Amino acid sequence: MSRNDWEVVIGLEIHAQLNTASKIFSAASTAFGAEPNVQASAVDIALPGVLPVLNGGAVERAIRFGVAIGATVAPKSVFARKNYFYPDLPKGYQISQFELPVVQGGAITIRVGDGDKAYEKTVQLTRAHLEEDAGKSLHEDFHGMSGIDLNRAGTPLLEIVSEPDMRSSTEAVAYARALHALVRWIDICDGNMQEGSFRCDANVSVRRPGGPLGTRREIKNLNSFRFLQQAIDFEVQWQIDTIEDGGRIQQATVLFDPDTGETRMMRSKEDAHDYRYFPDPDLLPLVISPEWIARVRSEMPELPGAMKARLVDDYGLSAYDAASLTASKEIAAYYQAMLAAADAKPGSQVPKLGANWVMGELAAQLNRAERDIGDSPVAPAQLAGLVQRIADGTISNNIARKVFAALWNGEGGTGPDAADRIIEAQGLRQVNDSSALEPLIDEVLAANQKSVDEFRAGKDKAFNALVGQVMKASRGKANPAQVNEMLKRKLEA
Amino acid sequence: MINASLTELRAALDAGKISSVELATLFLDRIERLDPALNAFITVDRDGALETARAADARIAAGDAGPLTGIPLAHKDVFCTEGVLTTCGSKMLANFVSPYDAHVVSLLKAAGAVSLGKTNMDEFAMGSSNENSHFGPAKNPWDTTRIPGGSSGGSAAAVAARLVPVATGTDTGGSVRQPAALTGVTGIKPTYGVVSRYGMIAYASSLDQGGAFGASAADCAQLLTAMAGFDPRDSTSIERPAEDYSRELAAPAAARPLAGLRIGLPKEFFGAGMADDVRAAVEAALDGYRALGATTVDVSLPNAQLAIPAYYVIAPAEASSNLSRFDGVRYGHRAADYRDLAEMYSKSRAEGFGAEVKRRILVGTYVLSHGYYDAYYLQAQKLRRLIAQDFQAALADCDVIAGPTSPTTAWAIGEKSDDPVQMYLSDIYTIAVNLAGLPGLSHPCGFGAGELPVGLQLVGDYFSEARLLNAAHRFQQASDWHLRRPALAA
Amino acid sequence: MSLSIEQVRRIATLARIELSDAEAEATRGKLNGIFGLIEQMQAVDTAGVEPMSHPQDVAQRLRPDVATEPDRREAFQRIAPQTEAGLYLVPKVIE
Repeated sequence: MSRNDWEVVIGLEIHAQLNTASKIFSAASTAFGAEPNVQASAVDIALPGVLPVLNGGAVERAIRFGVAIGATVAPKSVFARKNYFYPDLPKGYQISQFELPVVQGGAITIRVGDGDKAYEKTVQLTRAHLEEDAGKSLHEDFHGMSGIDLNRAGTPLLEIVSEPDMRSSTEAVAYARALHALVRWIDICDGNMQEGSFRCDANVSVRRPGGPLGTRREIKNLNSFRFLQQAIDFEVQWQIDTIEDGGRIQQATVLFDPDTGETRMMRSKEDAHDYRYFPDPDLLPLVISPEWIARVRSEMPELPGAMKARLVDDYGLSAYDAASLTASKEIAAYYQAMLAAADAKPGSQVPKLGANWVMGELAAQLNRAERDIGDSPVAPAQLAGLVQRIADGTISNNIARKVFAALWNGEGGTGPDAADRIIEAQGLRQVNDSSALEPLIDEVLAANQKSVDEFRAGKDKAFNALVGQVMKASRGKANPAQVNEMLKRKLEA
Repeated sequence: MINASLTELRAALDAGKISSVELATLFLDRIERLDPALNAFITVDRDGALETARAADARIAAGDAGPLTGIPLAHKDVFCTEGVLTTCGSKMLANFVSPYDAHVVSLLKAAGAVSLGKTNMDEFAMGSSNENSHFGPAKNPWDTTRIPGGSSGGSAAAVAARLVPVATGTDTGGSVRQPAALTGVTGIKPTYGVVSRYGMIAYASSLDQGGAFGASAADCAQLLTAMAGFDPRDSTSIERPAEDYSRELAAPAAARPLAGLRIGLPKEFFGAGMADDVRAAVEAALDGYRALGATTVDVSLPNAQLAIPAYYVIAPAEASSNLSRFDGVRYGHRAADYRDLAEMYSKSRAEGFGAEVKRRILVGTYVLSHGYYDAYYLQAQKLRRLIAQDFQAALADCDVIAGPTSPTTAWAIGEKSDDPVQMYLSDIYTIAVNLAGLPGLSHPCGFGAGELPVGLQLVGDYFSEARLLNAAHRFQQASDWHLRRPALAA
Repeated sequence: MSLSIEQVRRIATLARIELSDAEAEATRGKLNGIFGLIEQMQAVDTAGVEPMSHPQDVAQRLRPDVATEPDRREAFQRIAPQTEAGLYLVPKVIE
């Protein structure tokens, strides 16, 4: 049997670390990278007698998320204790939410794949709840012992749980990327995956299409999109092989080993768990007023979905372009700033041209230079100036590349006029004057009789060769549209 | 001075008749002399007390004294005290020097009160006799072969023997009121949320509440005033204006000072379980209240008999989770020998906790475990609601509810220690009050067989502490039970 | 109801409390006595009764999001059984 005889079912649980200044139940700092345990307060190390007090900033971020995904923000939610022993869990329980989470339902639309095969899909969310992070166990050897750092203990997390709506690792990654973009977009999480600010657990099962759900295994703590994809792919194949070899899948928690590309059972989770959830008696019900939700809603930035629709509707961008430009907060911000600097009117070519430049040349250069768009050497206003000159025919796209390279190297100064200064200084203005083009075209026609003959014999390709020769003779400055038109007139004469 | 009220001590300190250092020394010397027979203290902090007393004397001299400045007291060893051993009566914390002060401790320090030390208690406040202390049982000053009650037995015994004028305690199911009754002192547990739980080592978080012991209601009122108040570090602390619980006590004694007070007598508190000598003392005390102008009315708390089963689900459930932090990793006892992490946990906890604490952890673990939660924990929470509603219905017909604090007087050490269920039943009259979160007070109201004290319990509506204290105070103005002292204390 | 010795062992494992065989048996007897008391609850019909988690019907108070806690590692680790390089040491943690 092949892979195609199986349907893959994936649900994700994503832990997004909320970017508060202080912890969820204590006033200790959440800053990353401090010396071990210097940010572990009395509450965080669970001294006898200490008590938790909820951070309003964490709640505010949960509300922001709920509003962003169109979920119900629970008017009343409850914190519960999840009891288990682990050295990085100082209280012997994690304060989380169980029966009544703060965010209930919601959905996010994702775009899966590239090009013609790309499709949109809406993933339903089950819930998102507030909880505290655990500390870290450091496994380098301390005389055969482990070291415990509780700086991270008590950092606020939003655990975002999806329905098992994904049907491939590609969909799972697209969903994870969309959520990652969203939590950064609405500024509730820094999204730093190396530092563990955004961690994915994947629940994976396989079944016969249309059959009952298979037994799932949970892959824990995937901290990159690549690992997410690899881990799911390995796990799916492993489950299919196991079943096809006559085995059965046992519910389990597994870890992904990036070195081997394989998943393996977690040894510490072998005991059947019984978390003994019950409402935390140290905390009272979290009550969120409609006024609070309304205020958060009114302060919400335009969300990626809305912006995408607006780019398509107002500027005629393709769905693909609009999706790419809203793939991250920084790209969207750059593009928006570029549009604003160009003062682009509806019907102008600037939005479409600008989109091509942002996703094309700019992205390529940034990628090569390993720089983020937030610190691009070419500022949005500078790119706007450049794109405007392409739109108004002052320069061709090819010449624009030269100008862009100059801008990248810091020539032309700052501001929207930078491109103009480079065009002037280097004499790159497009030649639109037909009296200047006439002799060039005549020369080219005279020197390329073979192409002329071929064109007249019906070979369209020959025409392009002639255009190329004229452009070359003009050193790129001729307006290609004008060259086209004049050549055609001459050849058909 | 030994038998003086807080008001008298205040006057003496302010008038310079005695210094705070002298007063502290007086009581410290008494502790040194009498405590070997009582074991009321786990830690006596002579140096710290004298240092605090010197600072108090400076404040008094500067005219900067508050009501408790320079007054000696003791803290139940459940309260964290910075730099001072805080054991909670457990081997688990036998070497735990707290790096911070409980809110109550900070408030009393700021008030200038002088802590002489930490009092004995049942381990993690689980017990009704003080026999569950790792440091040995505290003894009842009226008969040192008997228990002082628990869990705040050390504080009660210390106040009864006048080793200290007043002491703090905590009450989860009767742990202030019952030992107060059995040792012949006054004790109050306020409304849940009035005294901050920050730094009070948790037993059962939704029931635990700090309280005060004193010889009289007036002394309790002064101590409670200093202990109570909103604390932002405790999410269950109630945000309401500070109260002076002594405010009604100064009114001149009238002939019938309690005229108009309706006292509800729940028939469930006067049933077969009560010992005859206790019944006689309680009935006589009620006559005393009537003589002061109060009227009595029969009320009913139909679900009261369910309080013990509900409590022994809720409290162990919360305790099993609260005590998970004692794992030998960051503080507290760690076993000497272990093969791996799992064994370090299970040995450290097996060695560090005593038998009753382990039993309650196991009960709590069981009732919260998968498949049993609804039948036990949820059912208990529902009964808790019914019990609280019973009190509200009864309090619609009366101003305070009265009855015995404990069904018997103090029993012999060892008498019930092997039978947890018999021990649990001794809290039958106090536990329901914690489940409802209401304030309760116990004051001495006579003696039973063998010259052992009997306590009367008063229960009021939420935040009616001042009313309870005033009623007890009027009773004490007209009686002298609270002035009796055990022979040992002479 | 009556707890089996296996149930006693299971909850002791969950609670991380080591019990010898003799302790487990003695504990079982005591726990069964306690559960005999607790079982009285089951006779009451509580259908429709809202569980009561807290004495007061009040909402959780919120703390402003400011980091004000100082570093107290030294004081906190002075009372720890075993530390090194600012870390709490425990027997090897296996994931």
